[in-house]
Amino acid sequence: MTKEATIISADNKEILPGALPEELREYTKPKKLRVKKKRVNRSIYGDFFVIFFLVLMALFMGLPLYYSIINAFKPINELFIFPPRFYVVQPTMSNFTLVMDLAQNLWVPFSRYLFNSIFVSVTVTIAHVILASMAAYPLEKAKFPGSKGLFSLVQLTLLFTGGTMAIPQYVVMACLGLVNTYWALILPSIGGSLGLFLMKQFMAGIPNSMLEAAKIDGANEFTIFWKLVMPNVKPAWLTLSIFAFQAIWNATGSNFIYSEELKMLPTALNQIYAADAGTGVGNVARQGAAAAVALILMIPPIILFIATQSNVIETMAFSGMKD
Amino acid sequence: MFNKKSDNSGVPNENKKNTWLEIKKNKANYLLIAPYMILFLIFTVVPVVASMLLSFTYFNMLQWPEWRGWLNYQRLFLQDDIFLIGLKNTLMFAFILGPISYVCCFFFAWLVNELPPKIRAFMTLLFYAPSMCGSVFTIWLYIFSGDAHGLINSYLMELGWIKSPIQWFTNTGYNVKVCIVIQLWLSLGTSFLSFIAGFQTLDKTYFEAGAIDGVKNRFQELIFITVPSMRPQMMFGAVMQIASSFGIGPVLRRLGGFPSTDYSLNTIETHIYDYGSTRYEMGYASAVAFVLCIMMIVTRNLMARLIRVND
Repeated sequence: MTKEATIISADNKEILPGALPEELREYTKPKKLRVKKKRVNRSIYGDFFVIFFLVLMALFMGLPLYYSIINAFKPINELFIFPPRFYVVQPTMSNFTLVMDLAQNLWVPFSRYLFNSIFVSVTVTIAHVILASMAAYPLEKAKFPGSKGLFSLVQLTLLFTGGTMAIPQYVVMACLGLVNTYWALILPSIGGSLGLFLMKQFMAGIPNSMLEAAKIDGANEFTIFWKLVMPNVKPAWLTLSIFAFQAIWNATGSNFIYSEELKMLPTALNQIYAADAGTGVGNVARQGAAAAVALILMIPPIILFIATQSNVIETMAFSGMKD
Repeated sequence: MFNKKSDNSGVPNENKKNTWLEIKKNKANYLLIAPYMILFLIFTVVPVVASMLLSFTYFNMLQWPEWRGWLNYQRLFLQDDIFLIGLKNTLMFAFILGPISYVCCFFFAWLVNELPPKIRAFMTLLFYAPSMCGSVFTIWLYIFSGDAHGLINSYLMELGWIKSPIQWFTNTGYNVKVCIVIQLWLSLGTSFLSFIAGFQTLDKTYFEAGAIDGVKNRFQELIFITVPSMRPQMMFGAVMQIASSFGIGPVLRRLGGFPSTDYSLNTIETHIYDYGSTRYEMGYASAVAFVLCIMMIVTRNLMARLIRVND
């Protein structure tokens, strides 16, 4: 059905002005068709407009990033050169080795912090994505007593700014005996409100007729959720896994965790940096080490980001199904 | 919008029975939501409700909270001048940054979506990277550093436009503008990425059908096909944007210092931080947080009406 529709649109003269017959023949080949002409209604002026805005924005976004990467590789004398340079003459790893050397002298081995961070982050990400999606499905697609109220609560808590929640949260943790354990970080993050809201909004796009068809065929709620709903919102949960991982990766958990052995990597690295930097905001001298710490901490989220974004491909399972 | 479903208040007995039948009939649904909801209620709802209750007390974290009634709120609106500055700044940032960054998120997600997959992945990474790491924005402290070594200062001095370095983050003539630029740099975050994902779930056949029905170019496509089918995702983006633009503060504290010159970067969030984490007046801080939350809910409901989602 899709193939046919694309060929029809390729025949439309407004889309291919002055297209040669040979070219048209090319477009009718199914394989090239998918690669070359993906969407209809695209003009050269529009493409120019798109590229112009994107380049402008990319410069604004990219230059500071470029600087923070460059600064991490600058030796101290180049950081102080006047006027500052856009490039590095003698790139050095000294900022990284400095951070690593300081990390070696820590009381707890560096690998322990790394393990803590990775263990907690991976557990939270997987559990949050699955449990939040599982809860989002009935909230979006079924109506039962309490469903609306619970969803309102989710949105309300999203709009409540932290800070003042720290004490009640601590009391809850203390009552459950979770203070100073991994669970103090893991359990609240799994029950975060963002995931449910995101998944529910994406599930709204799934046609009800498809779910009804599955029900008539005898599938139970869980099968429908796992085999039908989740594959259709793949871009959503891949994106959610980025959000969840990133939030927990950057979390310090300093309110609930005291033991040095249980601390997370960002806490440890920021301790090194803060202890070494002394005071002063915007201190040029420590920009190198700060940039190195920031870069090291960015690696895992970026790896996850690339892995998931390359998988955020178009899910068209319900293509052609209309409500 | 936030009216909780009151199950049986003033409802005849028959309806009560029906509710119970409904609950029984939806056993599978309750089972599906249970694992998440238990964690959500214990670790998110209980602290939020407790914090709201604390807002009616005097609580210094050492003694048992002391009931104060509306006194905290009275003090907030009638005596606290710094709160009013914070309110003014928050509204200023929210109404400048909020709409701009919301539109930017949607617009650039839409533009990026036009690109071929590999370039699209790269551009998404580039745009999202500033929001990805908690501390990468500190590079702006170097770019706008107040001494002669700061990037902007040194170039301006070399060009001869200024004679002495400008204190970008403490001079009240510049700091708000500089901070707006930096916040914009950080604004392509959660909403942006969820819009990107949203575009990927759009049914492509709609666009083909639209082309046959007379949609002429990509702007018409955007208005007649994309936006109507993206409503749920747009609502998500709006809520996230409201939360981030009304909750503005932590980044400003890192940039402009705390307290900032003449409280020029003091927001409501900063006020909560001030009372909650430095003065240990948790009751009062909770009251401020509650007021902020209500402002956000009102804005959210306005947005829901604008986007025309009914939930």
